[in-house]
Amino acid sequence: MSFAGWALIVIFTALIALSAKPMGAWLFALYEGRRTPLHGVLGPVERGFYRLSGVDPDAEQGWRAYTLHMLLFQLAGTVLTYGLLRAQALLPMNPRGLPGMTPDGAMNTAISFATNTNWQNYAGEAVLSNLSQMLALTIHNFFSAATGIAIAFALFRGFARAETKNIGNFWGDMTRVTLYLLLPISVVYAVFLMASGVPQTFLSSLDITTIEGAKQTLVMGPIASQEAIKMLGTNGGGFFNANSAHPFENPTALTNFVQMLSIFVIGAGLAWCFGKAVSNTRQGWAILAAMLTIFFVGAGVCYWQEAAGNPVLHHIGVAGGNLEGKEIRFGVAGSALFAAVTTAASCGAVNAMHDSFTALGGMVPLFNIQLGEVVIGGVGSGVYGFLLFALLAVFVAGLMVGRTPEYVGKKIESREVKLAVLAIAVLPLCILGFTALSAVLPLGLAGPLNKGPHGFTEILYAFSSATGNNGSAFAGISVATPYYNGALAVCMWIGRFFMIIPAMAIAGSLAAKKITPATAGSFPTTGPLWVGLLIGIILILGGLTFLPSLALGPIADHLAMISNQTF
Amino acid sequence: MYKEMIAAIRPSVMMTLLFALLVGLIYPALLTGLGALVVPAQAGGSLISRDGHVIGSELIGQNFTAPRYFHGRPSAAGKGYDATNSGGSNLGPTSKPLVDRIKSDQVAFRRGSAAPIPADLLTTSASGLDPHISPEAARYQIARVAAARGLAPAAIEALVAAHTEGALLGFIGEPRVNVLLLNLALDRLAHSGAKAGG
Repeated sequence: MSFAGWALIVIFTALIALSAKPMGAWLFALYEGRRTPLHGVLGPVERGFYRLSGVDPDAEQGWRAYTLHMLLFQLAGTVLTYGLLRAQALLPMNPRGLPGMTPDGAMNTAISFATNTNWQNYAGEAVLSNLSQMLALTIHNFFSAATGIAIAFALFRGFARAETKNIGNFWGDMTRVTLYLLLPISVVYAVFLMASGVPQTFLSSLDITTIEGAKQTLVMGPIASQEAIKMLGTNGGGFFNANSAHPFENPTALTNFVQMLSIFVIGAGLAWCFGKAVSNTRQGWAILAAMLTIFFVGAGVCYWQEAAGNPVLHHIGVAGGNLEGKEIRFGVAGSALFAAVTTAASCGAVNAMHDSFTALGGMVPLFNIQLGEVVIGGVGSGVYGFLLFALLAVFVAGLMVGRTPEYVGKKIESREVKLAVLAIAVLPLCILGFTALSAVLPLGLAGPLNKGPHGFTEILYAFSSATGNNGSAFAGISVATPYYNGALAVCMWIGRFFMIIPAMAIAGSLAAKKITPATAGSFPTTGPLWVGLLIGIILILGGLTFLPSLALGPIADHLAMISNQTF
Repeated sequence: MYKEMIAAIRPSVMMTLLFALLVGLIYPALLTGLGALVVPAQAGGSLISRDGHVIGSELIGQNFTAPRYFHGRPSAAGKGYDATNSGGSNLGPTSKPLVDRIKSDQVAFRRGSAAPIPADLLTTSASGLDPHISPEAARYQIARVAAARGLAPAAIEALVAAHTEGALLGFIGEPRVNVLLLNLALDRLAHSGAKAGG
C-alpha cells in the first residue's frame, strides 16, 4: 500500500461528496419539471417527441399506469434490440461481414442491456458491427438509465406528496432526464474522451504491420460516444471484451479517474435530490453518509488485499502487489478502487479482471453486488433500492421502541414493509437458488474456468451480477451456452423488475397517505444514530444472507491461498 | 388496465424509435464529425506512422519478441496482443495453470541471471493489449537490448528515463513506460548513431 493509493481513494470519495449537491440540484430541477438553460436548445426536440408520440407530459399517472407505460417502453426497446442483433448480417455498417447473433445470445443481450445489467456473453470487437453497437446497444444505455431515474423520481413523489394517487408522468420524466441530463453530459464527456485518445470513427478496423513485421488488426468504431453514457448511466457494457481495461476505452490514468467519478456522480446527486424532494436535505445527506461509509470500507479492504498481493505468487518469486489481470497505467490502487466503484454502483464496467483478484480482494466486488447495489448504486436503482432498506430500518427501529414507524413524514405500515421485504428477499433467493442449481447440474459445472473454490465463486459471481443488474463478471466462466444465457436472462429480469414493481407500488401507497408531522416521539432519520442503523440493516439483511456461500467461495479460496495450495 | 395498456402502445413504440434515432444515430454521428474536426488524430485511434506506413497505435501494445527491442507484458489476448480478441487470463489466485505459466516464463526470461524479474513482466494485463511496462521492467531489459544492439547501456538508460511518465498530480496513475514509443526511439537512436559513426 502506498500513500498515493490511499490519497486516490480519499480524494475520490471527497469529490463524490462534493458533487452531490450541484448534481442533486440539477436533478431536482428536472424532478420538478422546471425550465433549465438547456430548454432553449432542446425544448423543441422535447415538444416534438411528445407531439409525435401523442404524450401529454403534464398528465399525471397513478403508480399502475406509470409502471405499465414504463414496462411497455422496456419491451419495445428489448424487441428492437433483439431484432437488430439477429439481423446484423443484413444491415449496413458491417464491413467485416459479421453474422447475426444466435437466438439465445440475442435474447440474453437484449434483456441484459434493457435491464441496465449489460452482462456480455460475447466479445464486442469480435461479434458486433458498429451499427449494432450504436443502435442496438447504446440506446439502452440511455433508456435504462433514464428509466431508473424516472422510477426514483416517482418514489420521491410518493414520499413528498400527500393524499393523491398521482406520482408524475413516466414520459415526461424519462424524456426530460434524457434530453437535459444524460445527453448533454454525454456529449461533453465524449469530447473529453476523444481528446484523451478514445477513438470515435465509423471505420471498423485497420490492418497494420508492426515494426517487428507482425500483423495486427486494430478494431475501432464509435467508441467515445458509447463509453460516455456507458459510465454515466452505470451501464457498463463495453465496446470491447476487455471493457474499460482496453486502452481504446480507457486510455489514461486521468480517463480512469473521470470514469470512476462518472459512475457515481448521478447516484450521489439523487441521494441529495431525495432530501430536497422531501424538503429536508439532511435526509439526503444521511443516506449519502451511510452509502459512502460502506463504500469506503469496501474500497479500502479491496486495495489492502490487492496491494498485499498473492502469497502463492510470492512463493515463486513474484514480489509485490497483485498485477495479474491489471493494467500498468491504472496500477493496483486505480484497479481496486474501480472494482469497488463499479460494483457499489450497478455499473459493471471493469478496468481489471476481477477473476484474477486475490480471494478477499475479489470478494469485495462480489459482496458489494450482493448488498443489492444500494451503496450509491445504479442511476435511480441505487436510491430506490436504498429507500427500501430505509423503510425496513425504520420498521426495525419502530419495533425496538414500540411505535408506528415513520419515515420523512409518512407512516410506514404493513403494506410497505411487505413490499420492501419482497424486493429484498427475492434477490438472494434468485442468486443462491440458481448458484446451487448450477453447482450440481453438469450444464452449470461446464462453465467455470478455474478449479477449486474459485470455480464456485465464478458461478456465484455470475448469478449475483445478473440478479443485481451489475454486469461485471469473474470472466473466466463460459456463459455463451443456452443454459447460462437462459438462466442469467431470467435472473436479470427478476433482479430488475422485482425491485422496480414493489418500489412503484410503495410509491403509490405512500402518495395516498397523509403527511404525519414529526413529534418529539418520532425516531429521527437524520444524524449518526440513524446512519449507523442503516448501515447495520444493510449489512445484516443484505449481507448476512450470503455469508455461507461466501465461506464456500472466496473465504475457502483465501485459506487455500495463504497455505499455498493450488488447484 | 386494458385500456391503459392500449394507450401505452403508441408512446412506447414512438418514443423508442425517436430516441433510437436521436441517441443511436444522431448522437454518435455528431460526435464522429466533431472528432474528425477537432481531434482527428486521437479520434482516429492515435496511429503512428513510420516511413509512410501505419505501424501501430500509440495506445495498443504490440508483441515484441526480438532481443533488440523492449518487450511488453505477457498477453492473454489471442496468441498475444491480438487486438481483435482483448481480455485477461482470468486465472484466479490459487490457479495451478497460473503458477505453471509464470514458472515457465521465469525460465525463459532469466537465461541464467539471478536478478528478480519485475512482477509486471510475469503477469498478463487485463486487456492483453497493455501498452506500458513499469520503469523497473524497462530497466531490467536494458542489458539485453544494449547487448543485442551493440550500444552503451548508459545511452539506453537515458532513453528509458526520458520515456518514463509519472503519476498525474502524484496520485492518479502509476509510473510507466510506453513500450512501442520506447522501441521507436531506440530505432531512431540506433539510426542516428550509425550515421554519426559512418
